[in-house]
Amino acid sequence: MWCELNQGNFFDEFQMEGVAAEYNEIYLELTPENLSRALKTAQNAKTVKIKLTNKHCPCLTLAVELPSLSSSSRIVTHDIPVGVIPRRLWNDFREPRVPDFDVSIYLPVLKTMKSVVERMKNLSNCIVLEANLNGEMNLKIETDLVSVTTHFKGLGNPPWVSEDGSQSSPQDRDPESMAEARIDIRKLLQLLAGQQVNPTKALCNIVSKRIVHFILLHEEVSLQYFIPALA
Amino acid sequence: MPLSTQLETADDQYVLVASLDNVRNLSNILKAIHFKDHATCFATRNGIKVTVENAKCVQANAFIQAGIFQEFIIQEESVMFRINLAVLLDCLTIFGTNSLPGTSTALRMCYRGYGYPLTLFLEEGGVVTVCKINTQEPEETLDFDFCSTNVVNKIILQSEGLREAFAELDMTSEVLQITMSPDKPYFRLSTFGNAGSAHLDYPKDSDLIEAFHCNQTQTNRYKISLLKPSTKALGLSCKVSIRTDNRGFLSLQYMIRNEDGQICFVEYYCCPDEDITDSEL
Repeated sequence: MWCELNQGNFFDEFQMEGVAAEYNEIYLELTPENLSRALKTAQNAKTVKIKLTNKHCPCLTLAVELPSLSSSSRIVTHDIPVGVIPRRLWNDFREPRVPDFDVSIYLPVLKTMKSVVERMKNLSNCIVLEANLNGEMNLKIETDLVSVTTHFKGLGNPPWVSEDGSQSSPQDRDPESMAEARIDIRKLLQLLAGQQVNPTKALCNIVSKRIVHFILLHEEVSLQYFIPALA
Repeated sequence: MPLSTQLETADDQYVLVASLDNVRNLSNILKAIHFKDHATCFATRNGIKVTVENAKCVQANAFIQAGIFQEFIIQEESVMFRINLAVLLDCLTIFGTNSLPGTSTALRMCYRGYGYPLTLFLEEGGVVTVCKINTQEPEETLDFDFCSTNVVNKIILQSEGLREAFAELDMTSEVLQITMSPDKPYFRLSTFGNAGSAHLDYPKDSDLIEAFHCNQTQTNRYKISLLKPSTKALGLSCKVSIRTDNRGFLSLQYMIRNEDGQICFVEYYCCPDEDITDSEL
């Protein structure tokens, strides 16, 4: 999973200095639960300051200024231990390249998709996701007891423009022909259940029988998920 | 519905075709009898009866009359098959259980005959789901031989009167004892649990009681674990008829009004737990 937050949308002030001018980045490793727990106390905060500090160990220090009735301010500080990732390992954390997909398609309303996938999860462990360049997507499960297929139509295929400016989607592909991938249904449901608000745009790219790549664009956040296909 | 035109030509190969504009009229009533995963479906010109049984002691029947369906075509005298009810319910509620007001899921249900799967076409907001549920060898269902001429006592009451009582049943008691009598205490529910015995009496002239026809004092015990599943039907129903026959068999008939105001029935039969001797009373 890959998530990108735009600095300008979130922070009034932003200061950072990486290891060197040409590698002006810092890579940290942390337990997401610790961060989300710390941010929960910050829900009514006036301001939140996030700092990278060196206490007993490297820490992400969250200074949360809570509203108070008196003139003195109340500040809650959380120290979240983090691991600093050395530069030689940075490559492991690079944003994955968008794979050369066979079909790219906009997703239907996620709420509908979620309830369909929820029921399907009761019936099967894996799901086949297939789509074509004609704006059609199917979700399928098949077991000894039952086979279920949900057909979505008119979803539209996003135009992808490659770096040299030419249309990169495989133009010679038959628009009716489906690209499919069989994936773990629980992983797909986790992705759908995690969406608190409807993203402004949601799409998925299918590399036939290899991987499904989901991109969810919100106003301020973009999320990417990669779910590998099952054998 | 675009589905119907699309499939019209293939209709004659099905022995049973039933369509509904609002799938919840079917799914809600099936949920009320879902205490075991296997259900037997029995369709005639009058409609569909779905039967679920447990331990050869309790049987629940849901009746969905032909009139509930917008379209109901049956080519044979009767059609019968067994199906996994949990799977059927998951399929019927594929678009979620509480859709937004104003939107509903349309259903078209087709069955080609013995050995074929039950095919469901569901549509909501232009999205179509096709389900093929494999059917199983139908099994003989129990005949409780409960006929109205043998009914000794009968009480019809508004469901709310029983809902609270059933919700608060002492589940540490193994049995629920039902006393029906033309004399005091008229109608009494008793449990015998770890914390002691509890008796709940309904006066004969209570507003909740709509009809009271008791001819003879009868006290019977029923396994509480067998009766508890009927709470689901009770929750949906507006009225309930409680009857016992001369053998002490219990019949609970729930009258359920669906979202379109139509009436459906769910019926529970339960055999008595044991013969109780006078000394225990």
